[in-house]
Amino acid sequence: MADKLFKDDAVEEKGERARMASFIGALAIVDLLKTTLGPKGMDKILQSTSRGHSVSVTNDGATILKSLHIDNPAAKVLVDISKVQDDEVGDGTTSVVVLCGELLREAEKLVNLKIHPMTIIDGYRMAVECARSVLEKRTRDNRADPEKFRQDLINIAMTTLSSKILSQEKEHFANLAVNAVMRLKGSGNLEAIQIIKKAGGSLQDSFLDEGFILDKKIGVGQPKSIQNAKILVANTAMDTDKVKIYGARVRVDAMSKIAEIEAAEKDKMKQKVQKILAHGINCFVNRQLIYNFPEELFADAGIMAIEHADFEGIERLALVTGGEITSTFDNPESVKLGHCDLIEEIMIGEDRLIRFSGVEMGEACTIVLRGASTHVLDEAERSLHDALCVLCQTVQDSRVVWGGGWPELLMAKHVDELARKTPGKKSLAVESFAAALRAIPAIIADNAGLDSADLVSRLRAEHSKEDCMSGIDVLTGGVGDMEQLGIYEAFKVKQAVILSATEAAEMILRVDEIIKCAPRKREERM
Amino acid sequence: MALAFDEYGRPFIILREQEQKTRAKGLEAQKANIMAAKSVARILRTSLGPKGMDKMLQSGDGDVTISNDGATILEQMEVENQIGKLMVELSRSQDYEIGDGTTGVVVTAGALLEQAEILLERGIHPIRVAEGYEQAARIAVDHLSKISHSFEFSSTNIQPLVQTCMTTLSSKIVNRCKALLAEIAVKAVLAVADLERKDVNLDLIKVEGKVGGKLEDTELVYGIVVDKDMSHPQMPKRIEDAKIAILTCPFEPPKPKTKHKIDIDSTEKFEALREAEKKYFDEMVQKCKDVGATLVICQWGFDDEANHLLMHRGLPAVRWVGGVELELIAIATGGRIVPRFQELTPEKLGRAGIVREKSFGTTKDRMLYIEQCANSRAVTIFIRGASKMMVEETKRSIHDALCVARNLIRDNSIVYGGGSAEIACSIAVEAAADRIPGVEQYAVRAFADALDGVPMALAENSGLQPIDTLTAVKAQQIKEKNPHLGIDCNDVKTNDMKEQNVFETLIGKKQQILLATQVVKMILKIDDVITPSQYI
Repeated sequence: MADKLFKDDAVEEKGERARMASFIGALAIVDLLKTTLGPKGMDKILQSTSRGHSVSVTNDGATILKSLHIDNPAAKVLVDISKVQDDEVGDGTTSVVVLCGELLREAEKLVNLKIHPMTIIDGYRMAVECARSVLEKRTRDNRADPEKFRQDLINIAMTTLSSKILSQEKEHFANLAVNAVMRLKGSGNLEAIQIIKKAGGSLQDSFLDEGFILDKKIGVGQPKSIQNAKILVANTAMDTDKVKIYGARVRVDAMSKIAEIEAAEKDKMKQKVQKILAHGINCFVNRQLIYNFPEELFADAGIMAIEHADFEGIERLALVTGGEITSTFDNPESVKLGHCDLIEEIMIGEDRLIRFSGVEMGEACTIVLRGASTHVLDEAERSLHDALCVLCQTVQDSRVVWGGGWPELLMAKHVDELARKTPGKKSLAVESFAAALRAIPAIIADNAGLDSADLVSRLRAEHSKEDCMSGIDVLTGGVGDMEQLGIYEAFKVKQAVILSATEAAEMILRVDEIIKCAPRKREERM
Repeated sequence: MALAFDEYGRPFIILREQEQKTRAKGLEAQKANIMAAKSVARILRTSLGPKGMDKMLQSGDGDVTISNDGATILEQMEVENQIGKLMVELSRSQDYEIGDGTTGVVVTAGALLEQAEILLERGIHPIRVAEGYEQAARIAVDHLSKISHSFEFSSTNIQPLVQTCMTTLSSKIVNRCKALLAEIAVKAVLAVADLERKDVNLDLIKVEGKVGGKLEDTELVYGIVVDKDMSHPQMPKRIEDAKIAILTCPFEPPKPKTKHKIDIDSTEKFEALREAEKKYFDEMVQKCKDVGATLVICQWGFDDEANHLLMHRGLPAVRWVGGVELELIAIATGGRIVPRFQELTPEKLGRAGIVREKSFGTTKDRMLYIEQCANSRAVTIFIRGASKMMVEETKRSIHDALCVARNLIRDNSIVYGGGSAEIACSIAVEAAADRIPGVEQYAVRAFADALDGVPMALAENSGLQPIDTLTAVKAQQIKEKNPHLGIDCNDVKTNDMKEQNVFETLIGKKQQILLATQVVKMILKIDDVITPSQYI
């Protein structure tokens, strides 16, 4: 070309090369992630490049992908879907990427057979519709029976947790998570569940506290425990209450005047404290700092004052105790105060925390995680978060399916049937979709050190029967009945996995040209 | 670069620092320009039509965009070449004017230039080529008007409009649910359209996207969706029959613009100021309460104390709402934007049937829905999708569909798509060419050939034999005298576009031909390109 079209560092890749670049990028990500899939999946160590080189160990797909610095645009698409899966349903972040990758791997074979990507996309669309409807038909809904529903939830939580670091204690944590979510009464507001991490002890020592635990200290000289507490939750300045009118400043001409104004300031604070006391409270929690002077005043009045509870803490506390967050104190009669039966200082490990127990609204609760190191705790928190998200979604959409490769094989079977009925080149693509679905249980088996080819073909034979419940039983290394083993998954998660993975695969397949603009030059530092 | 010498044989400087500049002249310059424009067109060519492919673009900061929309691709491509930039401009102006056909216009221009190159090689002067193109474009546009149909629809029968929008959407990744999206787009346009004046203000349609969910969850909200939540976590999440005060003044103590200082030099003054401040907050909230507002929407932030006072008095409030959104809310609810508390009166309040907060996913994303407004002439299209790129691409596709629907309301003439209009024009121009004397005849004929470029690209992208298909359709059009025959891209086994319900707007098509011709003329007229060899 006589003249170049783009800037110097821009790269343009066309047709086959572009497609190849996308496939390679996407498959690289998948191969990276796929060993973490399933109950015997392995973890990854991530070391950050920032100062401190902090290390985290994780099994969570979204967390791994978030920390990678990726240059390949197709790989970025995968990272994005995994992130969205995390935000939307909270779990299945690895599965979605792996499925998308398998779809692309199959598509690559078809493209090499000279089948046009658009034909492949058409086939995939037909297949995904078929797969989804089949799965939907075979869901089970136990909402009507609370006893069974709870069992469902526990099973789902255990399935989710079994691939994580918590798998040893999965029963314990599944119970914790289910209890916490059931308290929400279907509101799905995960903010009400607080997770506090304290290093020390073992994972087994983690517990759910019915009340609310605030990681703060009680002011000096104030009561350490209060029965039948009336709590005022506030967000107000308790240091120096500035005059907010713009441009105001103090200008005096004598030392005595300064003293006067200081006295006035002090008086102002005193009045504020008086007003707060007028609410008839015996506990005062503030988001901002409480300086020594007002703290002393509170101590004199025998009131527990807790300072610097952060934003979330305040919001949760307001939610838990049913009080409102106040900033002005002129109308004590109409302010709703929070209530709880007992406020006390407790010790977890070596730290002192404040516990509010016997709270009015039973919705919120606190899960205290204990563990040997911060890495373990961080990973435990992520795992628990996954479980909580899935449970929350299940409470909203109570349909469940079985796990352990059961849904994949079921869908693959029906998609295969569809392929047989479909005329034209599309049927090849539909068949590939089935193959991609079957790759997932194969990966699970491989990760568990089992003979995947043997297992998957056995499962396939099992599935040719009607109403089969078989899946991989990783523990015994054979085929097992998923219903008896209690391996459940939420339908909503599975559905999101299939739909997003196909959508992303489609998006990557449609691309026939990649244009990378010249990277923005960093400013030279002086 | 050629040097000029004066009569003493010394080099004569024409351009400042001319040795640092490269210069292309005459035919060489034209060829280089055509080459550049053609390579831009070639990039877009594969995106044309329902089976067109997408392009993946990575920006300088590493963000990835995947798009099928010509204007977007060119915009993000950061084209360096000057002629390339002209093509980008071309696509952009089609986008501003019509909103759709941004790929087609570039492909047409590319084809025109390709033909022009052949003529230039034969030694025909570029100006003559340009003039011939001009004539031919007029013939083509006239012919387009002849073969156009007027197109009947009413606010009750929206099906024809939906069909047209579906044609637009079928080339995008969203074609999986094109019926749903087309319907949403048409309903949105009809909701804000002024059918009397035949005008649509697209600013009244807000396209909001949120990652998550699936494409099928995309919905049309008759009202406004704002990506904000209530300022205080304990304010009610649902307000019925809301009377909305729309404020552009902060709930904070006043800040006069003139620089000033208030000096406190005595305790009394300190006390007085304290009182004044308290009273000020109280008055602000009371003022809102007095006029009967049940919801306050404010462009600015709230002071903690004001926030609590609002909550305490049972007055839900939303803060940090952007200016554009504020205007839309004002239009939708029929309220007035109030810049000062003193000017707040009951008449200035907006009304909405329901205001509710809706949360999404597992993170604490919340959005505010303002629905059943007094004046339902502002609507929001709320897009969901599996990833950020998907949502962005859907936004662009919806924008195209909206523009098409608007154009149809403005002018309800249509021509048939699938390349049929181009083929019909090509036949007409070809026939007219024979009657034109002079060198222009060649140019006009070349124009006819260039018009075949679009159907040719369509056929190629659909996996058909381009030459076979095109010639077959062309012969059939002449034989049956039916200008509705086009390329059967979706393998429906008929190439009558009337049966396939594939149409485009007349203005869009006209604009495509005119704009492409204009740019090509401009490029042809350039015969000298001087560029500094490198930027400093």
